[in-house]
Amino acid sequence: MSDSKFKNPIVAWIDYRLPVFTFMEHELHEYPTPKNLNYWWNFGSLAGIILVIMIVTGIILSMHYTPHTALAFDSVERIMRDVNYGWLIRYVHMNGASAFFIVVFIHIFRGLYFGSYKSPRELLWMLGVVILLLMMATAFLGYVLPWGQMSFWGATVITNLFSAIPIVGDTIVTLLWGGFSVDNPTLNRFFSLHFLLPFVIVGVVVLHIVALHQHGSGNPIGIDTKSPQDTIPFHPYYTIKDLFGLGVFLIFFFGFVFFAPNYLGHPDNYIEANPLVTPPHIVPEWYFLPFYAILRSFTADALIFLPFSWLMTAKLAGVLAMFASIMVLFILPWLDHSPVKSARFRPIYKQFYWLLIIDCFILGICGAKPAEAPWTYISQAATAYYFLHFLVIIPLLGFFEKTKPLPTSISEPVLKGGGGASVAAGAKPMEKA
Amino acid sequence: MRKYLIGAAAAVSVVVLASNGAMSAGDAVKPPSQNWSFSGFFGTFDRGALQRGFQVYDEVCAGCHSARLLAYRNLTEIGFTEDQAKKIAASKEVTDGPNDEGEMFQRPGILSDRFVRPFPNDEAARAANGGALPPDLSLMVKARIGGANYLHALLTGYKDAPKDTNLPDGMSYNLYFAGNQIAMAPPLAEDGVEYADKTKATVDQMARDVTTFLAWAAEPELEWRKRMGVKVILFLLILTGMLYAVKRKVWSDVH
Repeated sequence: MSDSKFKNPIVAWIDYRLPVFTFMEHELHEYPTPKNLNYWWNFGSLAGIILVIMIVTGIILSMHYTPHTALAFDSVERIMRDVNYGWLIRYVHMNGASAFFIVVFIHIFRGLYFGSYKSPRELLWMLGVVILLLMMATAFLGYVLPWGQMSFWGATVITNLFSAIPIVGDTIVTLLWGGFSVDNPTLNRFFSLHFLLPFVIVGVVVLHIVALHQHGSGNPIGIDTKSPQDTIPFHPYYTIKDLFGLGVFLIFFFGFVFFAPNYLGHPDNYIEANPLVTPPHIVPEWYFLPFYAILRSFTADALIFLPFSWLMTAKLAGVLAMFASIMVLFILPWLDHSPVKSARFRPIYKQFYWLLIIDCFILGICGAKPAEAPWTYISQAATAYYFLHFLVIIPLLGFFEKTKPLPTSISEPVLKGGGGASVAAGAKPMEKA
Repeated sequence: MRKYLIGAAAAVSVVVLASNGAMSAGDAVKPPSQNWSFSGFFGTFDRGALQRGFQVYDEVCAGCHSARLLAYRNLTEIGFTEDQAKKIAASKEVTDGPNDEGEMFQRPGILSDRFVRPFPNDEAARAANGGALPPDLSLMVKARIGGANYLHALLTGYKDAPKDTNLPDGMSYNLYFAGNQIAMAPPLAEDGVEYADKTKATVDQMARDVTTFLAWAAEPELEWRKRMGVKVILFLLILTGMLYAVKRKVWSDVH
């Protein structure tokens, strides 16, 4: 014990029995991090912080919320009006969901640009996709709880999707509902699951971080760290950089919370759920719009449905496509077999990357529009392109793309002042954007 | 190339966000934008408009529309004194009970009572209004696309129906209502109320006042929220600036 690396005797005593301080020392001081991470690498820790914010505000909200169809809507309004700071807690939770998805989408597209999913980080990436799926389920369940019109009708539309599954579909839907329509048992179990899933997310996030720390962060150049010269300790360098990023994010986030708290929501959700009145347009929250567009683009007369029409109904094809749009991310590490990670050295991939982003925005717009021409055709084309990107273009690029030469080490471009002209000049605007 | 693409992505995202608010149903006209005392970063509710608006709600709207989320105690938040609020509450008949004999009874309202509803239930409300249900107004400003602008436009948007419109009995033509046919007869008439502060009660003035009142009813925390928001954002700007300075200092030996 006398040879402990901790001077404080209490810390040394505890650490000898429970090595929490060794663990912290290892993660913060010894954990080597590439020195060239740009601000796109801030979004992982940001997502973790938002998860904590969501859990804390959520637990407080659950102390005042009543999961009963007759009381849920009014209990939320009671939080808004009579609970001390209830409006603040609820608006933080409500806008926190949107912020969580903004941050996670950026985190994912960071990974796509810099090839973060490639060996040896495939499982790290796949755990991330699991987190995304859990987040989507949690967000959907949570949106039902205020029991407004969009809550009710969104729940009806989305749970009904499962009825497309052959043979067992209707049974699954009845099981989800706890009855024969979206009603009180549905609200009860959705509340229960909405409380449960965030803790499951925490568990997967822990695995995500364990997997991350196995090989450490990737970096914008996408080559391995080779010498101690390439790395810096996480603390204080990245703790302060992440804190600064958090400050910028909070300005943006609280701007919404305090000055436009309902901007991203739908007004119909301030009307209490009414099973007898269907809203003119049932639209999901913005973060589901691209997936909703993919779902709806499979209509009986759609060209993209034609190859599957002998096998299944258009509805089932739409549901499968919606899930497949995330499942392709699971197998992405094997679809993309280019040895080069970073898009900075993949000139062709870089173009297709931005096309994919535009495609996702187009899908998002289509998801918000009523299902009528020309939006149906646009969303069908955009859906086709989405899968074309992952299933055809990405694998082919691995064969045909002529990549740029990689630098020999991380230190080389860094020491030359943020990227030698030969290697990373083309990627500079990305860092500034 | 990439700059254009980022620009395009940004433009597209603006369209997405804007289209969120622009999806109005039917052939209704988009309500014109008005200046509201409560809009903007430092917006506060005009107290005069709030109290006049309450008078319009109380004397005109409350005949058919409930505002069940409001309590009489809330009236002290819009500039009424506690005594005035007590007097307003006492002028209402509240059903209470059951008493010791198991009977429901009537008593004058007190501060903790919620606004008395005009009808005992939705069925009674429909029966009295030709089958149409007058919606609760507590959250109306938050529950309609266009918010306060829409409400003001609706209240002032009654027009004679175009010649080719087949207007059913009991329906009125309104420029801003989805489908243009609304079961609510024009609710506001010139000098429909006599304002205590002698403001001329034009239809536009009353629509403006009651909309302000309902905006407060929907978001009673608005002033508090914006005041706190200004402080929080200022604090964060300073904190983030300092964090940036520390970051520069810490990283100075790396670059």
